[in-house]
Parts: sequence; structure tokens; C-alpha cells
Amino acid sequence: METPIRPWLASTAAAVVVSLGLAAGPAGAQQQANTLDLIKQRGNLNCGVNTGLAGFAAPDSQGVWRGLDVDLCRAVAAALFGDATKVRYVPTTAQQRFTALQSGEVDILSRNTTWTLSRDTSLGLDFSGINFYDGQGFMVKRELGLKSAKELDGATVCVQPGTTTELNLTDWFRANNIRFTPVVIERLEEVNAAFFSGRCDALTTDVSGLASVRSTQGANAEQFVILPEVISKEPLGPAVRQGDPRWADLVRWAHFAMVEAEELGLTSANIDQHMQSANPSIQRFVGAAGELGQMLTVDAKWAYNIIKQVGNYGESFARNVTPLGIQRGPNELWTKGGLMYAPPMR
Amino acid sequence: MPNDAIAADPRYARRPPTRGMTLSWRDPTVRNIVWQVLILGAVAFVVWWLVSNTMRNLEVRRIATGFGFLGREAGLPIGEAMVEYSPADTYARALLVGVLNTLRVAVIGAVLATILGTIVGIARLSRNWLVSRLAAVYVEVLRDLPLLLQLLFWYGLMQALPGPRQSLNPFGNVFLSNRGIKFPWIVWEPAHTAALLAFVAGIAATWALARLFRARQFATGQRTPIWPYALGLIAGLPIAVWLLMGAPWTVDVPALRGFNFSGGGTVSPEFAALLLGLVLYTAAFIAEIVRAGIQAIHNGQWEAAGALGLSRGDQLRLIILPQALRVIVPPMTSQYLNITKNSSLAVAIGYQDIVSIANTTINQTGQAIEGIAIIMMVYLTISLSISAFMNWYNARIALKER
Repeated sequence: METPIRPWLASTAAAVVVSLGLAAGPAGAQQQANTLDLIKQRGNLNCGVNTGLAGFAAPDSQGVWRGLDVDLCRAVAAALFGDATKVRYVPTTAQQRFTALQSGEVDILSRNTTWTLSRDTSLGLDFSGINFYDGQGFMVKRELGLKSAKELDGATVCVQPGTTTELNLTDWFRANNIRFTPVVIERLEEVNAAFFSGRCDALTTDVSGLASVRSTQGANAEQFVILPEVISKEPLGPAVRQGDPRWADLVRWAHFAMVEAEELGLTSANIDQHMQSANPSIQRFVGAAGELGQMLTVDAKWAYNIIKQVGNYGESFARNVTPLGIQRGPNELWTKGGLMYAPPMR
Repeated sequence: MPNDAIAADPRYARRPPTRGMTLSWRDPTVRNIVWQVLILGAVAFVVWWLVSNTMRNLEVRRIATGFGFLGREAGLPIGEAMVEYSPADTYARALLVGVLNTLRVAVIGAVLATILGTIVGIARLSRNWLVSRLAAVYVEVLRDLPLLLQLLFWYGLMQALPGPRQSLNPFGNVFLSNRGIKFPWIVWEPAHTAALLAFVAGIAATWALARLFRARQFATGQRTPIWPYALGLIAGLPIAVWLLMGAPWTVDVPALRGFNFSGGGTVSPEFAALLLGLVLYTAAFIAEIVRAGIQAIHNGQWEAAGALGLSRGDQLRLIILPQALRVIVPPMTSQYLNITKNSSLAVAIGYQDIVSIANTTINQTGQAIEGIAIIMMVYLTISLSISAFMNWYNARIALKER
């Protein structure tokens, strides 16, 4: 038997459906909210980091995130809130990272991500600087006695998917006309485990990553060597969503402030003594003169806060990356023959 | 009563009065139409809204859209492929390799799980106390542990094997190492493909012949033994074809060279771990389905079969199983669907199935929506095909009610 539906009920329901339809018209461009305001309102920065790469982003024994990439997020938080601890870290895998940024789950992706043209143009994101100049290499067991990556013909190579690494890998082996068998595993921990168990003859990723992975082996680290070939350029840097230049500016200049501070000789330990400095560059830097903070729509002491709470680039590098056994190399200041160069802060 | 007699009967001449449709809420037909139009419209609107909103947001964010990436060079390394693949091939080809890898593990897995599951299911009903207890323990342990955990366990076990230089050598030229299982394999030549085709043709011909003989038996009562013909068609024909084509036979024996074995056939640790995990896990469920199917058959059937003098094995094979199949087949469909879908856990242990390759494609191209749509289409196609086949099979073995 059919249940009769009262006419008024039916018409009300119809009206609801129609009005819903009108109200819900395509909501597109309104999404382009101001990231800066959004973060200030929320009260913390959502920062996409690696799931655990010692020296770049990994929780320490107390569960506190540490690393070069983590320090960049802390610097942005210090500039924005005057408090470097106001960061929520979102660990992302190589596969998830861009989606996390695109969908707004994180405000900034600071996850040893290589800046490439196709990523810059087709993923809806903007790279806002380079905080580590890297290159891809191979790590093998010392007992194999290899001297060069060109001797890897017929080898099995462990690699993480969804990275520039895997593309460079196939390019390089093709260019050198040598064969290899890939083992492609998504999770970093699993790839490393496969390498250390002997499933693969070689592990490939950025040289810094190899050093980081090797450092986790403790006393056994000596059994592994990183081959001399560096087969690619891997400029690693933070990325933000496209379409919000003000936010991209802040991220960019937070990094430059750390580099500039190193050049000016400002450290977390001595910046307080430089507050009254007569050097106009330092005066502008600490916010005693000029309107740099206002231009970035943050506090005048934004750069002071970064250096006081996080330290300059050199300090961050020494604290995080040097223990892995990695030299400054191209990540040295330009004045010392490296590539780290901040545009004038004026 | 014949049809024209019905027409002639005056009692049937009176039709129920037909009412014209009135445009009123009191008319159930009108109400139904209005409601259906409204609901359909609402669904269509929601779909349109989602699609247009997504497209617009993607455009605003400057995220590339469309399936144009399929024709671009992939550059992805793929460890095992059933068709020729090199990183210079397109994304479309890489995805095809992924689909074939998924199908490979799903098909082999379904066959092995069915065999193992049936054995365990029957074993659980065994009168032998030890056998039935062992089967029960197997079922309870394997179906109670999460599949992902089992896969990681098997993969861990594979990695714990010694390296290629210290590989285990259980028999002959078969080598077991953390690089996989290496075994001698013939060098494949056109003659082998031809022989394989002849083998398939032989099976088909035997099947047709068996039908013919059965029809003759029904008609005349004469039984014609099928086995000499079967032997000739299934074994003789392929051998004859192979001999005619020059009988090529070169065995490629795996040998240590450089980093690893080269030559021979390989089962990679990733595939082996995935297959093992899927088969053992799914077989536990299938065992229970088989047991349920057999127990659903009334005990009288066993007794009647016994009264005919059939052995217990023959009772099971000839009387019980054919009837039990009617109970077994429908839930088996779900298990085959499960094994196919569960194969996507391959991502965790580095077997490059469609999910793994599509994920990588998404990451390299940034086109998540298209990538996910491809994954969904692939699984939907495979699953619907399995369902259609199993429904056909189910209809075939269903009790014929005449």
C-alpha cells in the first residue's frame, strides 16, 4: 500500500531542493582566501614535512620535530606569530605531499622537494626559494668494492616512487646504456629496509638523503659507501599554493632572512647585542629602522624573532645537517664560494 | 482453456475501467512522476555542481587537467612487466603494465586460493581428528589477522633470505635468495607459442567431442570412452606441432653473473609475497564457504550415495559437491572480488600493480582526479567482469527446474 504524501509536505520538500540549488551555485574563486589571514585566525602554521629524514625533518627522542626543513617552518611561524613553536607538523610521503598542499591541508610544503619546471607549472604550486642544493647519488655496500656508479650494470636499485629521483634514475641508466632492475616502494622506511636487508644492491636518492639514511645505521654506517657520481641537480626548497603572492613572499623572505643574518654575522646568541647596532643593514634587519615588516604585513621584529628563536642558516645547518657528515659545499654563503645568496633586504 | 475461448467468454470482455490521468496530488501516477523527476534532477544537479566546481577550482589553481598526459613519456622504472616496457614508453603503456600485473596476481591468486580453500574446507570436515583440527587452526589464524600485516610478514621473510651468492639451492637449478626464486626456463620461440595454441585447441576439441559422445550415449545407450581421443588431442597435437616446427628446446639455466643471477625465469620476492599472502588469506574464507556448502547438503544424500555403494571420496565428488556448488558459488564471487581488490595492498610491499603505477603517475603529473578515475575504472571493469562470469556460471549450475 502506498503512503499518501500530504501536498504541503511535498511542495515544501520541492522548495527546499530548489533553494538549495540556488544557494549552492558554483563556488569557485571565493576559495582564494588570504592564506596569511587564515593562518593568523587559526593560530598555527600547518607545515608539510617528511615522514622522517634525519637532518631535514624527523622527531627527536622527545617527539620534537627537528631538521633543516623544520627550521624553515619555525622561521615562518616566528615571523608570523613571534613564536616559532606555533607549527603543526604534517608528515607526508613523497606521494601525498603535493595533494596535501593543493587541498589546503598544509600551508607550506617544506619537505626536501626538488624544484622543477613541470612541478612549478602543472601542480598548482609555487616554489619560494631553495634551502638546500642537493644532487642524486647512489649508496652501496662497501664489501661490493665499487668505485663508480657506472659499474652498476645489472644491479638491483631501490627507489622511492613519485620523486624526481626515479626519473633521473631511468634517465641516467639510459644515457649510460646500462641495465638495472628497479624495486619501487612507497614508504621511505620500507625502501630503506629493503636496501639494508640486501634486497637491492644500491639505494638511490639525494646525496643528503643517503647520508641521512646511513647515519641511522649507527655503528654499521661504515659498511656503506656513497658513490662519487652525482647524477642530477636537486634544488630543494619550500613550496606554497599558487595564487597567493603575499604568502609566498613571506615564506621566501623568512628563508632569506636566515641567510642574510649569517652574512651579517647575526646569530641567536648575539642578536640581542646588535639591537642598538649602528650598521644600517642590521638596523633594518632587526626592525629598528625601515618598514620591512610592514611591507610583508608582519611585525617589525619579524626577522629578529626568526634569528632569536631559530637561528641563522649556518646555525641551522650546523645543528641539523653537519652531524650527518655533509659539508656545506654549495650550501655555503656566496661570499665563501657557495650558492646561498639573499637579495638585499631594503 | 484455449485463447480464443477466453476472448469469446463474455466474462472476460469487461475490462476494468481505465481512468485518465488527472493533474492532481491525489493521483499516485502524477505523484510518482513528480517525485522521480525531482530526485533525478537533484542528483544530476549535485553531480553537475561537483564537476563544474572541481573544474573551476582546478583552473583557478592552475592545476593541469585532462588525459593528455597518457601520451607523454613516463620515465618510470618498472621492475616486472608482462609486456615489453621501457622508461621511454608512455604513461598509457606504464598503466597497461600495471593492469596486467594486477590481473596476473588476481587470476593466479584466485585459482590457487580456490584449490587450497577447497582442500582445507573438505579437510575441516574430515573424520580424522588431526586433519580437521589443523584445518580449523589454519582458518582461524589466517582469517583473523589483517592482510596487510600478513603481506608485510611474508615480504619480511623473503628479505630475510640470503643474498644471491649464498642462495639456497633446494633442488636442481632452482635458487632461492632475497632477489627471488630463480629457476631454469626454456628459451621461448614461436614453436612454443604454436604448441600452446594447439594445446588450447585440443582442450576445446576434447570438450566438444565429449558432448557429442554424451549425446550419443543418451540416444543409443552406447558409451564411447573419451580418454584415447583426449590424450591424442590434448597431448599429441601440441607435441606434433612442436616437432613439426623443428622441436626447439634450449633451457636457460640461471647463473651468477655480476650482482645477481641472470638467465632463467624469476619470481620476484614482491610478487611471491603478495601471492602467498593473498592466497593463504583468501583460502581461509573459501574453506569456510566450501564447508558451509557441503554441510548444507542433507545427510540423506550421503546415506543414499553410500547405499549405492560409492566410496566416501566418490560420494563427495559425484553426489555432494555438484549440489554443494549451488550454495558455494554465489559467496565465492565475493571472494574473487576481494582477492582482486585486496591485491592493491601491493603498494605496501613494492609490487607494481595498477594502484602503485597510477599513484606514481599522479605524483609525476599532479593529475590526481584523472589518476583516481583510471584506478576506479580498472577495478570496476575487472570486478564487473568477474561478477558477470560468476553469474553466468551460477545460472549454469543452478538447479534446473522444469
